[in-house]
Amino acid sequence: MIFHFLHDKGALMLNLLRRHGQMIGLTICLLMSGSVQAALEVEINGGAAQMIPVAILPFAEPLNTANKQHLHEVISNDLKNSGLFRIINTSGMPALPTEPSQIRYPEWAALKAQGLSVGDVQVTANGQLKVSVQVMDVLRQTPLLQLNYTVPTSQYRHVAHLIADEIYLKFTGQPGAFATRIAYVTRAGKRFTLQVADADGYNAQTLVASNEPIISPAWSPDGTRMAYVSYEKKKPVVFVQSLYTGERKVVANFKGNNSAPAWSPDGSKLAVVLTYGANSQLYTISLDGQNLQQVTKSNHIDTEPAFSPDGQYIYFTSDRGGRPQIYKVPAAGGSVSRVTFEGGYNVSPRFSPDGRYLTYIRNDGGSFKVAVQELAGGDVKLLSIGAQDESPSFAPNSRTIMYTSRVGGRNTLATVTVDGLVRQRLSEASGDIREPAWGPAQASKNNH
Amino acid sequence: MKQLWTIAAIAVVLTACKSTPMNPAKVEDASITRPIAKEQSNANGNASDNINIKTVDIDTTKEAQLDAAELAKRQVFFDYDSDAIREEYKTLIANHAKYLLAHAQTKVVLQGNTDERGTHEYNLALGQRRAVAVKTALNFLGVPDSQIETVSYGEERAKQNCADVACGQPDRRVDIVYAGQ
Repeated sequence: MIFHFLHDKGALMLNLLRRHGQMIGLTICLLMSGSVQAALEVEINGGAAQMIPVAILPFAEPLNTANKQHLHEVISNDLKNSGLFRIINTSGMPALPTEPSQIRYPEWAALKAQGLSVGDVQVTANGQLKVSVQVMDVLRQTPLLQLNYTVPTSQYRHVAHLIADEIYLKFTGQPGAFATRIAYVTRAGKRFTLQVADADGYNAQTLVASNEPIISPAWSPDGTRMAYVSYEKKKPVVFVQSLYTGERKVVANFKGNNSAPAWSPDGSKLAVVLTYGANSQLYTISLDGQNLQQVTKSNHIDTEPAFSPDGQYIYFTSDRGGRPQIYKVPAAGGSVSRVTFEGGYNVSPRFSPDGRYLTYIRNDGGSFKVAVQELAGGDVKLLSIGAQDESPSFAPNSRTIMYTSRVGGRNTLATVTVDGLVRQRLSEASGDIREPAWGPAQASKNNH
Repeated sequence: MKQLWTIAAIAVVLTACKSTPMNPAKVEDASITRPIAKEQSNANGNASDNINIKTVDIDTTKEAQLDAAELAKRQVFFDYDSDAIREEYKTLIANHAKYLLAHAQTKVVLQGNTDERGTHEYNLALGQRRAVAVKTALNFLGVPDSQIETVSYGEERAKQNCADVACGQPDRRVDIVYAGQ
């Protein structure tokens, strides 16, 4: 498994940097242990204008706790890949403190560190990990964060993501989205799988494996269930599956197609697309398969529904105007109004959880790119540079969008910040990744 | 295009009448179809003087052979970004219509497909539109909805790593699948 990250400040800034020969290139290769030998490749070509300098020191920990990357490495990668932090290189430092009393602040002030984290890991009598970390304000020499976690050893990386989220929140004032999960579909020949992984691509687990297509995964708002479309009955049928019990139910299996499930914000129903014997139309349906209501009635294609975060509207893709554009309709049905006007092809609308932005895919002169539109202002920005980018999905903190990008003939996962400043690419060595869905913040197995 | 299609339809219906003269439903079809053909001819400005009459050559032995060969064909291919049925597939569809009319208990699934370009759900909707185009053609020839289900695989069975319009041609199709097959 190879992860490849590319950061840049957007095409314009990148070109400026290149022109002035100031591009910074950095490649880190780490060998991971475990059943699969894999390498992590990180390439940084820029970042946000004002990055926050922090030092994340190695934890004092028993040798047997770090089965993959160490805690401080996972935290550092999270913060660095957000584009908002600069991680101070500590390799040249003679002695690294593991508790606040050992910190010689002037040394760290000289390195311009604003924050400094020290901590330790212990293994409890019943084999759990006891992780303790303190984050200090270097200038004021005062504690900023004091965190303690006791977790099963399997949650080693998860603890690191939780700590990264706390540091991110402390320094930026915004919640992080490191301790969250993503779902996506893989296709290798005729084998399709629905995977759930950590937001950084690690710890992928298979939720469904099938020799028939799987498409359109959608997280329940509480993060405990997944709606998706399976072709196991030789036609598209909407299922809802519990992540933890594996229990799965058919929600929509009507004549024709049943697809594009989208959860209402209260988790009580799905918007689905049904066809019977005609073109795709929007409906809503309760999770038990009852209360079927038709939302749109047209002779055109109406598909890819997405509830607005307040639950009032369903945004969707329609070709009712000739070319596919995004429209909205009251969730209970009613008059349809057009949302996108720029560009001849706009599809796959998804909201930021805070309701501020709409992201979608625009065909920009033959190449499909991620667009983001501020709903209040209507201002539209193209965020990605790929030729065939698809399936945008917002992080629960509304700051980052995950999507797929075609590289070397296959789809890989990529992320871009909503300001367009930081882009990353996560690519797996095998398989074709499609339709990422970023899970809600509540989905984390947080038990500290 | 529509005109030729209609003439082909008449040919099929006439053939059907000739080979199964006891079926009254098909005689009725023929009487309905004929004036539509004339109307469309006039609308197109062709044959409006009723001089240039098109000959429909009905050779039932030949038709029977063609049927077997055509029925074995189960794929209808489409142009890029189009759900219009190409002229070359009209005989194929007509033969399936004839088969379905003669076997009222038989059900068929029309599976729409697209190439990889575009998003999964939108391609599913586009594939559906192709399936509906074939269904409408079958309906036009008298096959009732109760015998037909339209579904779409979108791009899910498309050839992978196909970036241009040309290599995606085999993916832009409707598969005609009989129940139990």
